[in-house]
Amino acid sequence: MALRIRSMLLLLLILAVLLGGWQIAATPAAATGPALDPEYAKLLGASAQQGQQTPMPRPSDIAARAWHHLQDPFYIHGANDQGLGIQLGWSLLRVLTGFGLAALVAIPLGFLVGMSPVVHGALDPIIQVLRPVSPLAWMPLALYTIRDSGISAIFVIFICAIWPMLLNTSFGVASVRREWLNVARTLEAGPWRTAFTVILPAAAPTIMTGARISIGIAWLVIVAAEMLVGGTGIGYFVWNQWNNLAIADIVVAILVIGLVGMALDQLLGRAARAVAWRE
Amino acid sequence: MARAWLSVEGIARRYGGRPVFRDVWFGVERGEFVALIGHSGCGKTTILNILAGLEAPDAGTIVIDGRQVSGPALDRAVIFQSHALLPWLSALGNVAFAVRSRHRDWPRGRVQDHARRVLDLVGLSDAAGRKPAELSGGMKQRVGIARALAIEPSLLLMDEPFSALDALTRGTLQDEVLRLVSDAGQTAFMITHDVDEAILLADRILLITNGPDARVAEVVVNTLPRPRDRQTIHRTPGHYALRNHIVDFLVTRSRTLAGARPEGWDGRRVPEVRPADLAIKETIN
Repeated sequence: MALRIRSMLLLLLILAVLLGGWQIAATPAAATGPALDPEYAKLLGASAQQGQQTPMPRPSDIAARAWHHLQDPFYIHGANDQGLGIQLGWSLLRVLTGFGLAALVAIPLGFLVGMSPVVHGALDPIIQVLRPVSPLAWMPLALYTIRDSGISAIFVIFICAIWPMLLNTSFGVASVRREWLNVARTLEAGPWRTAFTVILPAAAPTIMTGARISIGIAWLVIVAAEMLVGGTGIGYFVWNQWNNLAIADIVVAILVIGLVGMALDQLLGRAARAVAWRE
Repeated sequence: MARAWLSVEGIARRYGGRPVFRDVWFGVERGEFVALIGHSGCGKTTILNILAGLEAPDAGTIVIDGRQVSGPALDRAVIFQSHALLPWLSALGNVAFAVRSRHRDWPRGRVQDHARRVLDLVGLSDAAGRKPAELSGGMKQRVGIARALAIEPSLLLMDEPFSALDALTRGTLQDEVLRLVSDAGQTAFMITHDVDEAILLADRILLITNGPDARVAEVVVNTLPRPRDRQTIHRTPGHYALRNHIVDFLVTRSRTLAGARPEGWDGRRVPEVRPADLAIKETIN
C-alpha cells in the first residue's frame, strides 16, 4: 500500500515537472523588435515573413480546451462540427463492429485450423502473407469494392483485428492437453460438447490474449483509417483540428484516444482474468 | 477354451516397424481385479489405452462381453496417472461433467446430487467447490477416482494411478480403492510398477517382459486371502514367496526373458504360477 502511495507521489512529481516545464517553455516572451501595426503587417504579409507560427499550446491552454470539450461532448453543429463524445462514439462503434465481426470469423476458423492439421497446412501460408500487411493498405481496395467509406473503415478494422485472434485461437485449440481430450472421449462426449465444454474453456485464456492484442491494434488503426475516410470519428476530428491549426484540440484528442484505448485494454484484461485457469 | 468376460486376443503395437509388444493374450472375469506389472517402455500404458479404446492395436482385438471394442465407451472408466482433471472446473464440476455424460436426460439438480454423493464416497465433501489447483495431489487423484466411479463403469481402468503421490497418500488411496472396488464388486484392470500395490489389490498379476517385443511372460495368481489389509498383509503366509517371485521377475527375468520367445511358446497359454500356495505347501511338507 505504502508502495502505491509512493509511486503515486512520484507520478505527480514527474507530471508537475514536465507540465510546469512545458508551460514555462511555451509561454512566449514579451514581443521584441519594432512593433508593427497588425493590420499593416498583414497587408505586408509581414507575419509570414517574420516566421511567426501558430504558438505551441501550453498545458493551461490544453486544459481549457479539454474543459470546453467536456462541458458539451455530444453537440452536433453540422457535419464538420460535432462534439468530442460524438466523434469518439463513432470510432468506438466502428472498432467494436469490426472487432466483433473479426471475432465471429476468427474464433470458429481458429478452431478449425487448430483442430485440423490439414486445414492448418492449407491456411497457414495465406495467414502468414496477409498478417504483416498494414491494414491501411487494404483501404483503397475496400473503398473500390465496398464503395462506402464508413463500411470500408469497419472492414479495415476487421482485417487488422482478425489475425491475432485467429492465430491465438488456433494455437490455443491445438495445444489443448491430449489427456483432457481423452477424458472427453472416454466419457463419450460428442464433438460439439467436447468443443464447448473442454476445448473452448481450455483455450479461452489464449483466445482472450489474442482478443486483447486485436482490440489494441484496432484502436491504433481506427485513428489512421478515419483520417483517410473522413466524415466522422476521432481520427477525423484530429485531422480536422490540424486543418484548423487547433493544436490544443489535437492534444486533447490524443489524451482521450489514450484513455479510451486503456479502458478497452482493461476491459479485455478483466474478461481474460474471468476465463483464466491455473493448474 | 471359454472366452473370459474381457478377452484380450493377440494384440500388438508396432513402432517404426519394430513391435513394442505382440501376441498379448489375457482375460479378465467379471468382478476380478487384474494388475499388469512391468518396467517402463514395455507398452503398459498403450495396452491400457487400447483397453480404454483410446488407441487401436496394430493387430489383434479386444472383446468385452461378446462385443468387440472399437472406441472409448462409458462403460469403461479410466483413472489417469496424471489425474487429468479439467482445471477450470471445481472438484464437483469435474465429477458432474462425468455424471452428465452418463445421464444426459437428468436435470441439473439430480446430476449435482449424484456427483456430491460420489465425492462423499471418496471423502471429499468439504472440497467440492475447490478448483484442482487448490487441491493436494492426493485429493486431485480422489477426484479422478470419483469421476471414474460416478459413471458406474463395468470396467475400471487405472494407469499407475498412485505413482505421482507420496508414500503415505499412496497407502491411504490404495486402501480407499480396495474398499470401493470390493464393495461394488468392481471389475478392474490396473497398470503399476509397484509390487506391493499389485499384491494388495489384484487377484491376478500379469508380468510383462521388457520391450521391445514385450510379451506377458507369466500370470501370477494372488492366492492371499481377502479381505487384505495393508497393515497385516506382509505377515500372511505365502506373502514373501509371492513378493519375492514378482521382484525376481522385475529384477532379472523381465530382462532375460525379453525378446525372442522360447520354442513352443504360445501367447494364449501363458504359464500360471501360484508362488504363495507353493510356499505354503513347502512349509507344510
